[in-house]
Amino acid sequence: MDKNTNVLLQAQDISLRFGGVHALSNVSYDIKKGEIFSIIGPNGAGKTSMLNCISGRYTPTSGEILLNGKSLKGYSVNDRAGLGIGRTFQNLALFGHMSVLDNIMVGRHHQLKNNFMNGMFYWVGGAQKEEIIERRKVEDIIDFLEIQHVRNKPAGELSYGLRKRVELARAVAQSPQIILLDEPMAGMNLEEKEDMARYIIDLNQELGMTIVMIEHDMGVVIDISDRVMVLDFGRQIALGLPEEVMQNEHVKKAYLGEEDDYIRELEEDDAEVMS
Amino acid sequence: MAGISSPRPCGDYRTSYKSDMTIFPSRNSLYAAIGGLFLLLAFPMIGNDYHLSLLIQIGYYSIAAIGLNILVGFTGQISLGHGAFFGFGAIFSAYLNNATGIPVFFTIPLAGFATAAVGLIFGIPAARIKGLYLAIATLASQFILEDFYARANWFSGGSSGSLAEIVNFLGIELDTDQKYFYLVLFWLVVSLIAAANLIRTRDGRALVAVRDHYLSAEIMGINLTKYRILSFGISSAFAGIGGALYGHYLGFVSVEGFTLGLSISFLAMIIIGGLGSVMGSVLGAIFITLLPEFTEIMADIVLPESIADGKAYVKEMSVGAAIVLFLIFEPEGLAHRWKLIKAYWKLYPFSY
Ligand SMILES: Nc1ncnc2c1ncn2[C@@H]1O[C@H](COP(=O)(O)OP(=O)(O)OP(=O)(O)O)[C@@H](O)[C@H]1O
Ligand SMILES: [Mg+2]
Repeated sequence: MDKNTNVLLQAQDISLRFGGVHALSNVSYDIKKGEIFSIIGPNGAGKTSMLNCISGRYTPTSGEILLNGKSLKGYSVNDRAGLGIGRTFQNLALFGHMSVLDNIMVGRHHQLKNNFMNGMFYWVGGAQKEEIIERRKVEDIIDFLEIQHVRNKPAGELSYGLRKRVELARAVAQSPQIILLDEPMAGMNLEEKEDMARYIIDLNQELGMTIVMIEHDMGVVIDISDRVMVLDFGRQIALGLPEEVMQNEHVKKAYLGEEDDYIRELEEDDAEVMS
Repeated sequence: MAGISSPRPCGDYRTSYKSDMTIFPSRNSLYAAIGGLFLLLAFPMIGNDYHLSLLIQIGYYSIAAIGLNILVGFTGQISLGHGAFFGFGAIFSAYLNNATGIPVFFTIPLAGFATAAVGLIFGIPAARIKGLYLAIATLASQFILEDFYARANWFSGGSSGSLAEIVNFLGIELDTDQKYFYLVLFWLVVSLIAAANLIRTRDGRALVAVRDHYLSAEIMGINLTKYRILSFGISSAFAGIGGALYGHYLGFVSVEGFTLGLSISFLAMIIIGGLGSVMGSVLGAIFITLLPEFTEIMADIVLPESIADGKAYVKEMSVGAAIVLFLIFEPEGLAHRWKLIKAYWKLYPFSY
């Protein structure tokens, strides 16, 4: 095992199968502390499935994921928030009827101690004190992501771009060591994309968060990623610096949808193993 | 259930997070609530017995409705067994007092705890099932509990029912409606404050998060199973206290009072009042309690003497019709209408 202390997350030989569908096949990679690591690939390549394996929604059919050298096996989805894994979703997943403020406060759930008992008696038992301290932290995040003007609005009534930003705020409120962003810029206009890219860089540089990002916009990926992993049909076909990866033959073919001998060979190998 | 942003009138600035985190959205609404409370405190001295008994009914039904709204409105789970939990509180409080001599003043909150425990047990299916399936599971809990009350003579007095002692508070027997009213009012205010506080703190937010998007709630570190079951416990605690107040008010608890019909009435209260609104629970309890009284009065005025026999019939039907019309024209409940009216007046004359 890699003893490098710089490694935050290790995925070892991850495979994930849904019946006959190989969503992921033997994918391995390391994510270093403080890097922006992008996962790209065509639709259905298994990118979201990969994040789901990290956040615990899916359990890999085989292989293991380690955070800080410790296996995540056996940790439930909600336990993983406490371990320092935060995330946003590909499809909007805010609490639509709650205010933006409350949405972000939910992000702090695992860091709060008050419960229904002392919560009901707000003024005695410390709930008020804690809520105020936490509110201050949440306001900092709101300032950071510049969503002050909507803080009291129900999240479900915001524009698409703002909702994406609130989702990011909620994930930041989790104070994660590693934050998983599933297409944070999908469906945004150019200006919104630039803003979002800026926030992601700031999160990374100012707050020191390690970021795993799935993104289809190659321009953004090349601009802000430290390293890029390319998935195609559940296989890792490239991993490296952005420029390297873009030069990669298989990647070009995967994106142009051409027949790729290398991939076909791999698939044939696979078929042999299966039979 | 959609929220309405509630702008504050000018001059009502917030200078600290503390003052922005109050239960009441504006200073005026706080004053209005305090004013309303004083009116209620004075009511036994000015109102007549009939009105007082209606207010007491509204009081204990409101407490139970607040509980059900935490389960249904806030957590998004359905329960058809709330009436049985209400009954458990009533029977338990009477039983505990009769069996151990613990003063009724204390058995009422204890009934809240005991009913919470029962609610937690019957809430266990919520860990696995949702929606219609959960509705059927809670329907089963309604029947199981009803059956238990009917059979467990030692506990409920069986078919003959059991006596529920008069409450004694520091040597004062609360033996008239005038005095009992204050006890109910006390518990109603406690319940309102507890629910409002719950909703603005960690666990209350978690319940709403589970309702709105359980997958991302889980990612935020919320244990879905825990909160789905906990919601039943909290909700039942309110039902238990409401039920105990009901029992000691009547002075007698009988198994027949806690049927599926009562469970449905509680659901009607929160749907009409407004799902996910603490105040709405009270408005709904007022509506459901007063509607039959109102239709009775109307029937007396409108219907000729000659069809007096059909009156009861007309009354029942108009209660049903009022509820249906209400759901069609005010689907978000009384609380929503109330907010709109408030928003209108707050910014008057610049309402647009
Ligand atoms: N829960 C599931 N059950 C069955 N099949 C699934 C499930 N989740 C994912 N898959 C399959 O796994 C494959 C990879 O899906 P995934 O969502 O990970 O792709 P993706 O790379 O995120 O695609 P996109 O760019 O469209 O978001 C797809 O073939 C998909 O149908
Ligand atoms: Mg995806």
